[in-house]
Amino acid sequence: MMHFIDRRLNPKGKSLPNRQRFIRRARTQIRKAVKDAINDGKVADVGHKGRISIPTKGLNEPRFRYDYSKGKHDRILPGNKEFSTGDQIKRPPKGGEGEGGKKASEEGDGEDSFQFSLSREEFLEVFFEDLELPDLIKTSLKEEVDFEKQRAGYVRSGSPSNMDLKRTMRHSLARRISMKRPGNEELDELRAEILALEAKGRKTQKLKTMQEKLERLEKRRRFIPYIDPLDVRYKSFIKIPKPNTHAVMFCLMDVSGSMSEGMKDLAKRFFMLLHLFLSTQYERVELVFIRHTHLAKEVDEETFFYSRETGGTIVSSALEEMKTILEDRYPQGEWNIYAAQASDGDNFASDREKCLELMNEAILPFCQYFAYIEVMDEQELEIFKDEQNMTDLWRIYAQLTETFENFAMRRVVKPNDIFPVFKDLFAKEQAKKA
Amino acid sequence: MVQAQATQQPLYEGAEWTFKKLDLVFDAIEEIAKKELGLDVYPNQIEVITAEQMLDAYSGIGMPLMYNHWSFGKSFVRDEFYYRKGMRGLAYEIVINSSPCISYVMEENSMTMQALVIAHAAFGHNHFFKNNHLFRQWTDAEAILDYMHFARKYIGKCEERYGVEAVEELLDAAHALRENAVDRYSRPAKLSHEMERQRMEARQEHERTSYRDIWRTLPERSKDEDEKAKSERQKQIIKKLGLPEANLLYFLEKHSPALQEWQREILRIVRNIAQYFYPQKQTKVMNEGCACFCHYFIMNRLFDKGLITEGSMLEFIDYHTRVVAQPDFDDPRWNGINPYALGFAMMQDIYRICHSPTEEDRAWFPDIAGCGEGIAVLKDAWANFRDESFILQFLSPKLIRDFRLFQIHDNSALPHLKVEAIHNEQGYRKIRSALAKSYTVSAMDLDIQVADVEFDGDRALTLRHMVHNDVPIEGKEAEEVMKRVAQLWGYDVGLYCEDAVNGKILATYDVTLS
Repeated sequence: MMHFIDRRLNPKGKSLPNRQRFIRRARTQIRKAVKDAINDGKVADVGHKGRISIPTKGLNEPRFRYDYSKGKHDRILPGNKEFSTGDQIKRPPKGGEGEGGKKASEEGDGEDSFQFSLSREEFLEVFFEDLELPDLIKTSLKEEVDFEKQRAGYVRSGSPSNMDLKRTMRHSLARRISMKRPGNEELDELRAEILALEAKGRKTQKLKTMQEKLERLEKRRRFIPYIDPLDVRYKSFIKIPKPNTHAVMFCLMDVSGSMSEGMKDLAKRFFMLLHLFLSTQYERVELVFIRHTHLAKEVDEETFFYSRETGGTIVSSALEEMKTILEDRYPQGEWNIYAAQASDGDNFASDREKCLELMNEAILPFCQYFAYIEVMDEQELEIFKDEQNMTDLWRIYAQLTETFENFAMRRVVKPNDIFPVFKDLFAKEQAKKA
Repeated sequence: MVQAQATQQPLYEGAEWTFKKLDLVFDAIEEIAKKELGLDVYPNQIEVITAEQMLDAYSGIGMPLMYNHWSFGKSFVRDEFYYRKGMRGLAYEIVINSSPCISYVMEENSMTMQALVIAHAAFGHNHFFKNNHLFRQWTDAEAILDYMHFARKYIGKCEERYGVEAVEELLDAAHALRENAVDRYSRPAKLSHEMERQRMEARQEHERTSYRDIWRTLPERSKDEDEKAKSERQKQIIKKLGLPEANLLYFLEKHSPALQEWQREILRIVRNIAQYFYPQKQTKVMNEGCACFCHYFIMNRLFDKGLITEGSMLEFIDYHTRVVAQPDFDDPRWNGINPYALGFAMMQDIYRICHSPTEEDRAWFPDIAGCGEGIAVLKDAWANFRDESFILQFLSPKLIRDFRLFQIHDNSALPHLKVEAIHNEQGYRKIRSALAKSYTVSAMDLDIQVADVEFDGDRALTLRHMVHNDVPIEGKEAEEVMKRVAQLWGYDVGLYCEDAVNGKILATYDVTLS
C-alpha cells in the first residue's frame, strides 16, 4: 500500500545547527575581515558594503585529488564540428572548458576562488556578539513609536500615484484577449482591403459585408475599452509601528598640538567601532563631528581627522558647541543621542567648573551614552599609571561616573586596545557581573 | 511507442496537484511500471516537502537523517545563496536508496511534474537500486535509515561527552579521507574464535615439540643478523596488517595507535556512509538513464491511454528535453557530459537496436539486434553492469555520431592538444573505450594505499600514491590531507608518489609531529 506523506508542516530549519556551526567556524575570518575594514575605511563606510567576503582558509575541505593540469589524459567531448583525426588544437586558455576546475568550484572544495558572503546582519551579529546597549537605553528605545510604510501586495483602489502600471497592463491585456477585442492590426488590414475594393469603384456584396464587419468591429472596440477600471491595480502600503530608530552620534575630539597623529588614529578607530555598533541597533545613525582647540567647531569628517589646528585646549568649548547643536537640531524626545569624546586629557585648569556644569546639566541627562576615551602614548602611560597622577580632564570626569550610569571612561594606548576597551564598555550586563 | 486510441478520461487537468490526484496518478503509473515494464521495486514512500526543506535535504548530502557538521552548513548557505539569487534551481526530487524507498517531491511542482517525478524516482531509480548488482553487494537498503539514525545519535552523544570541538576535529579529518574509505573488494571472512584458538594451539604445540635446549648455547647474533631479524619481523607485521591497504580510513580505524574507542566508531560511521554512496558514483549514467527511460516510457503510455491531456504531455516534453539536453563542448553551458543525456540516449538506443536494428547494429550487437525483447535486455543491463562496463558494451556507432563525440589527447608536456579519434569507422572503438575508461573508479579516485608501518622505530606510517599517466596529485591539498592523516595516526606520516611504470619517486609529502 502506497502512502503520500505531507512533510510540509514539519518544523523548519532542520539544518540550523549546521549553519550555526559553520558561522562559528568562520568567526575568526569574519573578525579579521572587520578589522581590515576598520583599518582602511571611513567611519560611516564600515560594514556598509552589504556583503563582506571571507577567504576559505580553514573552511575548505581538502581531499586527495588529481591535478589535471599536468600529465597525459584522454577526454571525450561531444559536439565535434570541424576536427578530424590527427588535428592539433591550440590549448584553450585555462578555465575555459576545463571541467575539473569548474566542477571543483561548484562543490566548493579546495578552490581558493570560492568565497562565501555573509549578509551584513550576520556579519555584525558575529562581530558584536557579546555586546549590547546597556539596559536603561533599551527602555527608552521602545518608548518612541514611529510609523513605517511597508508594501503589502496590490489593491483595487488607491491614489493614482500608487498605480502599478505593469500589473494594470497585464490585466488589461488578459481581458482584451479573452474578450476578443479587435486589435489595431486586424482593423488596419480590413480598412486597407476596403480601400482597395473601393478604389476599384464597384459596390459589390463583398464590400458591403466588409464594411459591416468593420463597423461591427469598431463598435466592439468601443464597448471593450483598452483599459477598464477593472484592470487597474494599486500598490498597497500599510503602516506598521516601529520603535524610534534614529540616533545621532557626536564625535568630539581635541585637535590641539599635543594630539599626535597616532593618537588621532586611535580615536578614529574608536569612533568607527561605535558607529558600526550603533548602526546595528538603529536604522539611521547621523554623525556630528566637533573638533576643538580653545575654540570648537562642527566640521566634516575629512577635516575632523586630517587637518591640523593650533591653539590651547578648552574642552568646554566643544561641550558648549554640542549643547547648541543638540538644542537646535536634535530635540531630545525624538533622537537617541550618543557621544564619544577623545582627548589626551589636557585642559586649562580654569575650565574645570564650566566642563562639569555643562556635562551635569546640559549633556549627560539627555545622552543615552557618553564615552570618554583618553588616548596617550606609552611614555605617558608610565606617568599616569599611578592613581594619584591624573590628567586634568580625567580628574574632572571621574567625578561624573558616580552620578551618571550612562557615562564611562577608559584609557587607550595601542590600536590593539581599542576593541577590548570597546567590548568592556558595552559588555553584556550578565558577563560583567560574573 | 505504440499508438493506442484514447479510451479513458484524463486523470487530471490543470497544473494544481492534490493528494487525491496524486493517488490516482500513482496507481496508473504503478500499473504501467509493473505490468508493462515489469519493474521490481522496493515499497514506495513519497513525501511532499517545501523548497526550504529541499535545501535542508541538499545540505545533508541527500540523506533524511544526517549527523551535524559545519560542512553541511556551508553547503546549505551556499545553495541557499544561489537559489535565492535565482542563479540555480532546485532539484525536482531526491530519492533515497532505502526500503521503503523514500522520494521527496517539491510542493511547487505542477501536477505533471509530480507524475514525472513519481515515474522517474519512485519507479526508475527505485528499480535500479533494488536490482543493480553494485547496490545489492554494497548497500543494505533495509538498514540504512536505522543506521543513519544510530549515527546521528551516536555522534550527538559523543559531542555531549567529549565536546563539539573534539568531534568536529575528528570529523574534519575523517571527511578528508572520505574518498579513500571504500572497500573495492569484499574482505575475507574473519576467522571464528574457535578456529583462531585451534591455530594458536597448533603453533604452541609446534614450538613445544621443536624445542631444543642446545640452541641456548649458540653465540649472540651479529648486528647484521639483528637487522635481518628486524626486517623479517617488519615483513610479518606488514603481512598481518594486510598491507597494502587502499581503504585508508579502515586501516586507521583498526590500527591507529592514537585513537580511542569512540573515535574509531566515528571513523567507522564516516566509512560506512562513504561505502553506501560508492555504487552511486559508479552508476551515475546508468541510474539516470534507467530513470529517464522509465519516466519517458511511462508518461508516453499515460498519454496513449488518454490518462493525461495534451497540455500535460507538452509540459512533460518541455521538462524532459531540458533534462536530457547535452550542450556541445564549446557551448557556454558545457559542464561535462550530462549523465541524464548519455544515459537516456543509450537506453533508447538499446531499445531501438532490439526492435528495429540497422545493418551496422547487427554487426556490432549480434546478441541483441532485432531480438524484440528491448525491455528484457535493458533490465538485464541495469542489473549486471556499471557505467564503465555498460558503455564499453553498449555505446553504439550511431550514438557516437549523434553526439558527434571526439577524443582529445592532452599531454601537458606538449603545446598542442591532439584529436585522437572522431566519429568515423576508425574512431568508434577508440572513443568507446576511452569514454568507458573515464568512468572507471581509477579515473575518479586516486590510487593511494597504506604501504608501510614502522612498528619497531618511530611508528611512522607511509602511504604510497601510484602515479598513472603522469597525472600527479594536487600538492597543496595533499599537504592538508596529510596533516589530518597525522592527526588520526598520532605519529609521523608520509606520502610518496611513485610512477607506476618506472618506479621513480616523483614527490613526497611528509608530516613530522614534534
